[in-house]
Amino acid sequence: MLASSTIAALRKGLTAGEITPRDIVLDVAKSIEAGNAEIGAYLSWDVEAALAEADRADITKPLGGIPIAVKDNMNVTGQPCTCGSRILAENYTAPYDAGAIQKLRAGGAIPFGRLNMDEFAMGSSTENSALGITRNPRDLSRVPGGSSGGSAAAVAGDLAIAALGSDTGGSIRQPAALCGCVGIKPTYGRVSRYGLVAFASSLDQIGPLTKTVEDSALLLNHLCGYDAHDSTSLNIEVPDFTASIGRDIKGLRIGLPKEYYIDGIHAGVSASVQAAIRQLESLGAIIEEISLPHTELGVATYYVLAPAEASANLARFDGVRYGHRSSSAGDLLEQYTKSRSEGFGPEVKRRILLGTYMLSSGYYDAYYIRAQKARTLIRNDFTEAFKKVDVILSPTSPTPAHKLGELKDNPLAAYLEDVFTIPVNLAGLPGISLPCGNVEVEGKALPVGLQIVGKALDEATVLRVAHAYEQSR
Amino acid sequence: MPDAHQIDIHHVAKLARLTLTEEEATRYASQLDGILTYIDTLTRYDLGGVEPTAHAMPVYDVLRADEPRPGFTQEQALSNAPKRIADQIQIPKVIE
Repeated sequence: MLASSTIAALRKGLTAGEITPRDIVLDVAKSIEAGNAEIGAYLSWDVEAALAEADRADITKPLGGIPIAVKDNMNVTGQPCTCGSRILAENYTAPYDAGAIQKLRAGGAIPFGRLNMDEFAMGSSTENSALGITRNPRDLSRVPGGSSGGSAAAVAGDLAIAALGSDTGGSIRQPAALCGCVGIKPTYGRVSRYGLVAFASSLDQIGPLTKTVEDSALLLNHLCGYDAHDSTSLNIEVPDFTASIGRDIKGLRIGLPKEYYIDGIHAGVSASVQAAIRQLESLGAIIEEISLPHTELGVATYYVLAPAEASANLARFDGVRYGHRSSSAGDLLEQYTKSRSEGFGPEVKRRILLGTYMLSSGYYDAYYIRAQKARTLIRNDFTEAFKKVDVILSPTSPTPAHKLGELKDNPLAAYLEDVFTIPVNLAGLPGISLPCGNVEVEGKALPVGLQIVGKALDEATVLRVAHAYEQSR
Repeated sequence: MPDAHQIDIHHVAKLARLTLTEEEATRYASQLDGILTYIDTLTRYDLGGVEPTAHAMPVYDVLRADEPRPGFTQEQALSNAPKRIADQIQIPKVIE
């Protein structure tokens, strides 16, 4: 089963001549064909195209011959890019490679397979996809989290070796936590957003979902870096992230925000995270209580800024240049409204309406500017905290995976689940989620995720702590 | 911030270029009211004198050399157009 292996192990096999890129693609394809009907992680996959790439793969490159599955909101030439939406499902084929895909290809990787997601990345359960249900591989009656639910389910269910996701308010870390794999959101600006279909441009960031911390470090090496096509891309040196792992964490200072360890966290989640804290302490880390006093503002701030930015970004879907065009429209205005109303699903409409309202005349200062000010306070909280500690530790999600349909009619309750991940996007910081045990619910072992947040651009320390913990378990 | 969220949902939908059924309008108005009430958390803090943050990692004045460079071919740019005519995108008539 090569599909259940890691990038690091497969690279050894490739270099030693024991396996070929073709073997790997065929094995992953076999796993998808056997398991996808049940899990629903993939929306599409093109085996012939991937085999053609495998046959000309350069295995001397660091990711040479490794297939990577891609969330269905990143453009890969010749592949669909549905964003889990009917508006792009019918007849869109990507005419170019996203910046992150160009970088992956330069490292030798093969983009293979398109992964399900909440429509336009709006959601935390993948139930907002218009194109199919994705199930949690650890318990098929439960959601995989989201919005990168297809990515997490594919990696945790061994239907992919590794995958790309995108994270606007926790959309890599939360599904990684709920499915039991590793997922990292890099510092804002580390990875190019060119060719990632925009949701909230000041928050969106691409990152890897993998089986191990080492694989995340490997992939980050080939995802990060300047791209002139993205005006928010950071033109700074990218370190070798694999060099930071394997070092001990003696004397490293870990902060526990007192505002995060509150009622409302599932008892099993709390127990797993407390055990992880003790484990890190036994590895020599110094545990300190810290304060992030404006934590309470995080979710409210996010649900102003993200819908506001989304309402502007999604204005481009008007049925003119690409995407669904209504067949029953008379004039141009009717073509816009009918194409959009037929093409967008309920959560996307809800957020477009919310964002449009908050940006409309008379409300802009009361909502948008106020939220941007609150964002400053949240960011300052982290700046102050990082004067005292090297990383900040919390649960990734306050609960394990919900049942399918459980939060369907209560959008606000679903939004509040993102309380630990959202502030990290607002502050633009790197954050990882990695497995830290299981909680028994109805006879099933549901994974719990541990979130480690670092200083801006300090993915190296985040990975170092995550790796030390992972290896000690 | 307004005390009550008297959202004119049909006006907002018009601005957003969406059409809503009456059932959708009622449901969205009620859900948005709940979300906006939660967002009022922001009014509990004094934000006077705080500078707004647009980007966590701001990058300013990104310019490139003003030189010709390759872009999309006509075929690439038109490849996803729902309707084409004479190598252009076709839309409903806008001039009488």
